[in-house]
Amino acid sequence: MVLITRKIEFSASHLYHNPALSPEENRRVFGKCNNPHGHGHNYTLEVTVAGEPDPVTGMVLDLKALKDILEREVMQRMDHRFLNYEVAELKGQIPTCENIARVIWELLEPKITQGQLHRVRLYESADLFADCYRNGEGS
Amino acid sequence: MGLKIGLGRRYRFAASHRLHTDQLSEEENARVFGKCANPYGHGHNYLLEISVSGDVDPATGMIANLAELDSFVEREVIEVFDCRSMNEDVAAFQKTVPTTENLCIEIFERLKSFPKAKLERVRVQETTNNSFEYAGQ
Repeated sequence: MVLITRKIEFSASHLYHNPALSPEENRRVFGKCNNPHGHGHNYTLEVTVAGEPDPVTGMVLDLKALKDILEREVMQRMDHRFLNYEVAELKGQIPTCENIARVIWELLEPKITQGQLHRVRLYESADLFADCYRNGEGS
Repeated sequence: MGLKIGLGRRYRFAASHRLHTDQLSEEENARVFGKCANPYGHGHNYLLEISVSGDVDPATGMIANLAELDSFVEREVIEVFDCRSMNEDVAAFQKTVPTTENLCIEIFERLKSFPKAKLERVRVQETTNNSFEYAGQ
């Protein structure tokens, strides 16, 4: 099995707020991420696909096809958007790195037909990232 | 098969070490460790990357509160190693050679008791060309 990783970057804004909590609790749990008008990040997404290289082409998958999937499913949905208000899949969830990574996994997994989605890693900054992968497949 | 979510976080500290063991002669130390055995030690800017996993709390969207994770790592690792000589200042390296392999293991042992998430892996980058990982035995 060979792993192949493609990286894209997008910029988006978000805020952390749970309406079930009081303003004070929101402040305590989320800190300045609770600021009401939100803030933004340059997100870096690494998508790793696992598979066997095709004996004819030597490729696990057509990278252009993967690029198109990432453009359609992630860039068009999230780039230059306010994640809380404009991304339907995140409605009702706190748009943390963990939750966004899982949503991206769920968007990509059915669309990747050459090879198998192995890992989604989403960096919110150089020092913070979330991984999503299948239970038992390791990170 | 369900999905697993992990959280990765990077920290930095600067420390010095000397790779040298009393179990070898001076010649053997010099042969095995090269300039890393120079008597007064030398330092690195270490980059520590830790990975934890766990259930995402639906109320917060988080595996673990970052402020709690940061303060745990600060207390268990950064305060212990940052701007220290590992050989002189860190109890674990009084007898053990402070290679980055052993440093990974020591940091893993210090962090595995984090109560809010499961420690999956520790990666320590000693220079941009060297990094080491430990995920427990």
